[in-house]
Amino acid sequence: MNTDAILSFEEAMEKYDPVLGFEVHVELNTKTKMFSSAPNVFGDEPNTNVNEVDLGMPGVLPVVNKAAIESSIKIGLALNCKIAESCRFARKNYFYPDTPKNFQTSQYDEPIAYDGYLDIELSDGTVFRVEIERAHMEEDAGKLTHMGGATGRIQGADFSLVDYNRAGVPLVEIVTKPIEGAGSRAPELAKAYVAAVREIVKNLGVSDAKMERGNVRCDANVSLRPHGRERFGIRSETKNVNSLRAVEHAVRYEIQRHAAVLDAGEPVIQETRHWHEDTRTTTSGRAKSDADDYRYFPEPDLVPVVPSRQWIEELRATLPEPPAARRKRLQADWGYSDLEFRDVVNAGVMDEIEETIAAGASASVARKWWMGEIVGRAKNADVDPGQLGVQPATIVELSRMVEEGKINNKMASEVLDGVLAGEGTPAEIVEKRGLAVVSDDGPLLEAIDAALAAQPDVAEKIRGGKVQAIGAIVGGVMKATRGQADAGRVKELILEKLGVTV
Amino acid sequence: MAAINRDDVAHLARLAHIEMSAQELDRMAGELAVIVDSVKSVSEAAGDDVPATSHPIPLNNVFREDVVGHTFTAEQALSGAPDSDENRFKVPAILDEA
Repeated sequence: MNTDAILSFEEAMEKYDPVLGFEVHVELNTKTKMFSSAPNVFGDEPNTNVNEVDLGMPGVLPVVNKAAIESSIKIGLALNCKIAESCRFARKNYFYPDTPKNFQTSQYDEPIAYDGYLDIELSDGTVFRVEIERAHMEEDAGKLTHMGGATGRIQGADFSLVDYNRAGVPLVEIVTKPIEGAGSRAPELAKAYVAAVREIVKNLGVSDAKMERGNVRCDANVSLRPHGRERFGIRSETKNVNSLRAVEHAVRYEIQRHAAVLDAGEPVIQETRHWHEDTRTTTSGRAKSDADDYRYFPEPDLVPVVPSRQWIEELRATLPEPPAARRKRLQADWGYSDLEFRDVVNAGVMDEIEETIAAGASASVARKWWMGEIVGRAKNADVDPGQLGVQPATIVELSRMVEEGKINNKMASEVLDGVLAGEGTPAEIVEKRGLAVVSDDGPLLEAIDAALAAQPDVAEKIRGGKVQAIGAIVGGVMKATRGQADAGRVKELILEKLGVTV
Repeated sequence: MAAINRDDVAHLARLAHIEMSAQELDRMAGELAVIVDSVKSVSEAAGDDVPATSHPIPLNNVFREDVVGHTFTAEQALSGAPDSDENRFKVPAILDEA
């Protein structure tokens, strides 16, 4: 139950200046775990991807996964960070059943990457620089399922069940410096920042980057201060905000909540907040206190990591084109306007359009199909456009049939439905459903005569020069031919018949 | 370094989930203070030319290739667990301290 007062976002912005900070955890997609050779696989039977190291048994010795180091360095480089000459691991001590060792192996005073930045492009093209404090390596914890109680949440649970398959999965935690000056665009920036980090790690191929699976997780810090004051306010940290939309909503909500607290003359409590997707609110977790005394100390079982400059340069040479540069290049290649391109990016079909063009479609045809046909279908099915499984070759074939006049656009859309329903290739569906543009003028002329006779007033208008009225007649013809006529040809024939030239 | 007092020991005991009696706290405060003082004498011996280290062996970059090795079955993994259910470790519900 949430009883926190909130101010309207607009009022909060009039009175206060938000400062943000993010900790984004990225799960690496290495074959094995950070310190053990057990497989790093999602979704297997509980406690089958574990060995003695993951279960924290006495006397075991962790060994660092080289591929995880390489992935971490790549992330650091992509975030424009410096890579440490030497860094070490540390134990973060706490008691909780998700960590059988009673500590998490992490990095503390010597992260592998530090002092970077990321330029974030907002929806209107404004570029905002987010400074990166550090990116450090650590391991994920096991997964707890709270049983009993009514809600499945920890409150009221009778006991918990633990699966350690995720324990020891390599993580890179990316920490920003305090982000100032975003103003009323703070929620949008929050979403864009996490989206950019996700895109980078996906592009690098170092993470599956699926937020719904927890591959990328965000903790969002928010504080407010009166306009003009330099000193930061007290912050809250909203944990595990696990979708891009939720990041935006959580930051917005926390700004509104803090503003109401400050307006009432009370201090903001420094605490962890839990995000609730259903109500789009946060509730109080625990206050920061002694429990945060993690008593970090250097991990004695792991020796320092000292990446040679040569190794780093080798890794740098493998980095793919940065996402922002790639977007710029693609927009220029395709000749889309800023607005068209932004719509494509926001709809999440840039990769798909690139593949479709590579398969032989023109840039405008690829955009027409993805934005005009497929995005809408995906929305109806509540999936990402890419998940519908439309093959680039299908679009190329459909557009070729339209260009050759075999089918019209309306039929092509119908054929696409058939392809999505698994009825076969476009050619097979056209054949099976008997779809073909009627190109023999004979039946068309009959239909046109009938349509003109049915609407003599419209025919008169067209004769009189009001050519735009022709739609009603074309419509009648299309109806009579059940949509199988070539609308362009019908128009020509009607004008011919009525002796009108345009 | 400030001396270890009774409150420090009580704080550490709480963090380490160790229950200690009043007498134990008193005794441990004295003993820990002696230990910390003893360790401190090391820094008197080391001059400014000796860098601090967390690893006494001059070794670094000990890595493993990313190749899948052995795993336990769920049955083996759970064989030492006090309680289990649905192939998972069963633990009392604990409020999040992580």
